Parts: sequence; C-alpha cells; structure tokens
Amino acid sequence: MAVRVGVVVFPGSNCDQDTTWGLRLAGAEPVELWHESPHLGGVAAVVLPGGFAYGDYLRAGVIARFSPVMRGVAAFAATGGLVLGICNGFQVLAEAGLVPGALLRNRGLRFVCREVAIVPERLDTPFTRLVGERRPLRMPVAHGEGCYYADAGTLDALERDGQVLFRYVGPDGWPAGDADDPANPNGSLRAIAGVMNAAGNVAGLMPHPERAAEALLGSADGLPILRSLVAAAGERAGAGGPAVVTLGGAA
Amino acid sequence: MSAPDAGPAASFRFAVNVTPKEGILDPQGRAVEQSLPHLGVAGVAHVRVGRRVEMTVEAPDEAAARAIVDRLAGELLANPLIEQYAVEVLGGASSATRAGT
Repeated sequence: MAVRVGVVVFPGSNCDQDTTWGLRLAGAEPVELWHESPHLGGVAAVVLPGGFAYGDYLRAGVIARFSPVMRGVAAFAATGGLVLGICNGFQVLAEAGLVPGALLRNRGLRFVCREVAIVPERLDTPFTRLVGERRPLRMPVAHGEGCYYADAGTLDALERDGQVLFRYVGPDGWPAGDADDPANPNGSLRAIAGVMNAAGNVAGLMPHPERAAEALLGSADGLPILRSLVAAAGERAGAGGPAVVTLGGAA
Repeated sequence: MSAPDAGPAASFRFAVNVTPKEGILDPQGRAVEQSLPHLGVAGVAHVRVGRRVEMTVEAPDEAAARAIVDRLAGELLANPLIEQYAVEVLGGASSATRAGT
C-alpha cells in the first residue's frame, strides 16, 4: 500500500497540486490537509508546499504559523514525524521555530524565478537518502524572501551539528559566495538553501524539488528528494511510528 | 446586549514600530540610500526600513492593554530573530485616521 503523505493547503498555497503530483511520482498517496483542521488524518509525513500562504501578509509564513493545521504539524513533528517545507513552506517552518533561522528579503530585492543548482551536504537524512551522491541538483527557485539568515553562532552550530542540508553551488560544484555571486540567488548566508532541525525530522528548503520531478519539466533532480521522504516515511509507518497524535479538545 | 462581568472596558490606541535589528542586512534601506544622490541629497546614512502597525485595544486599563500589545508584538508582529520593536501609546482611541494630504 502506498505511503500516505499529507500536503497542507493554506489559502494562497499555489504549489500544492505540483507537490501532490511529485509525491505521486515518488510512489506516495498524497492527502490534502486543509489549513483549518489540526488533524493530519494519520499521514506518515507532511509537506508544506510553496505559495503565498495568507498572502504572505506581515511576513512570509507568519500568519500561516498560527493556523490550526500548524498545531497538528508541530505536535506531529514533536513525536518525530517527518515534515518537509518547500519555499513558502520553509518560511512557515522557520516562523514557527520548527527549523532554525529566518528567511529575509532577497538581497537584490527582486523576486527570483529561475533554475539553480544545490548540493546536499548529507546523504544520510530522511530527505536525501536516495540522492546517492553529493552532486549538483538542478531545480527552480521562485521567491522574494529566501535569503537565509541566522546569527554567526547559530550558523556555526548548524554546520557543526550537520543541520545544513543543502547549499547553492556554482557551475564548478563549489558552494556559492554570500553576495554578488549569481549562483546564490538571494544572498543566503553561507549559501544555505536548506536546513534541518536538531532532531533531523523537520527540514526546509527554498528551491522546488516538485518542479523538477520529471524529465518533461527540464530536470528530474528533485525527484530523489521526494522519493527519500516517501521511503523514510514508509519505514516509519511500517515500524508503527510516528505515534498517532492526539490533540487537546474535541475532534 | 450586556457585556460579560469583566468590568468596564476602555479603548486604548497603540502603534508598534518594527525595524530590522542592528546588523541585519536591510536591502530596502540600502535601496533608499542609493536613491538619495538622485534627489541631490547628501549626508543621510543608516536608513532602515520597517513597518508600523496601529491598533485599538479594549482592556480594563492601559497596563492590561499594553500587555496584550507586547505579546502581539513579540509573537506576531516582529520576528525576534531579525526584528526589534517599540510600542508607542497614541492619543486615545478616538484619534481619527488621517487621510493622506
């Protein structure tokens, strides 16, 4: 039976259908999760898709953070449930404090919509285990607030603890510079494109693996990321976890 | 309709000014700075672009209203990782919104 993976739909999400499609290509049974309910329906993993949740008003991701579904996602994550935030989903996770750091306005002030290359820093995570090797993965970015920021102490700790998941790289495969390097689309510090929480079960990245999930889209480099998540979720579901999350209050 | 027995509530008007923390890159501020030569303006530096949020709060007294505003500012209006805020008490709830001139 296919692994059930939830895709959260906020008002303003616009990559939920692409993500659903990509997850199906990766072998999962996608389940849409509406933002007004904190109940995740027993899914084995959750993806927060890209878009402009709640219009990105105030700050990208912050209004979504307080939506009912995020109570469910936070409880799910606290029990070890796998959560992946893509683009706006990453911004939501950062605002919720489920992954470290913040996403600032792009350093060049412009919305950037183009293909980039990223390299996984680790191949042993639920999000990269089927990538196979540390090679550049080509996929699009499309965001106005993607400049990864954390203070220097936090950045050092993230590097030390292996929480940097993806970095933007140049044509030579080496990490992009901080600023004025076209390989770094938004000026992210230390060219960080994706990070994980300390427990390694919640991750976010700005590029869109679901928009690079089959050759027809110009690149299938994103598919191994989705397949990694589905495989890891399947193992956890098979092992009886993550635990069924019960929240206070009535159903 | 009668109000719940929470005592008479009054209205208080506040503004929360949110700005990028010191040391946080502010590309909007930099863009403003870079435009100044086009205006023939010199001697202006350290431009920081933020956000101002005004609100009316009903509470038994100003201290209680202020506590609500502080909570909103810290949890919602500003992201403490990257932004700082200052709360300003405005002159009464009756102060009308001024239209642009």
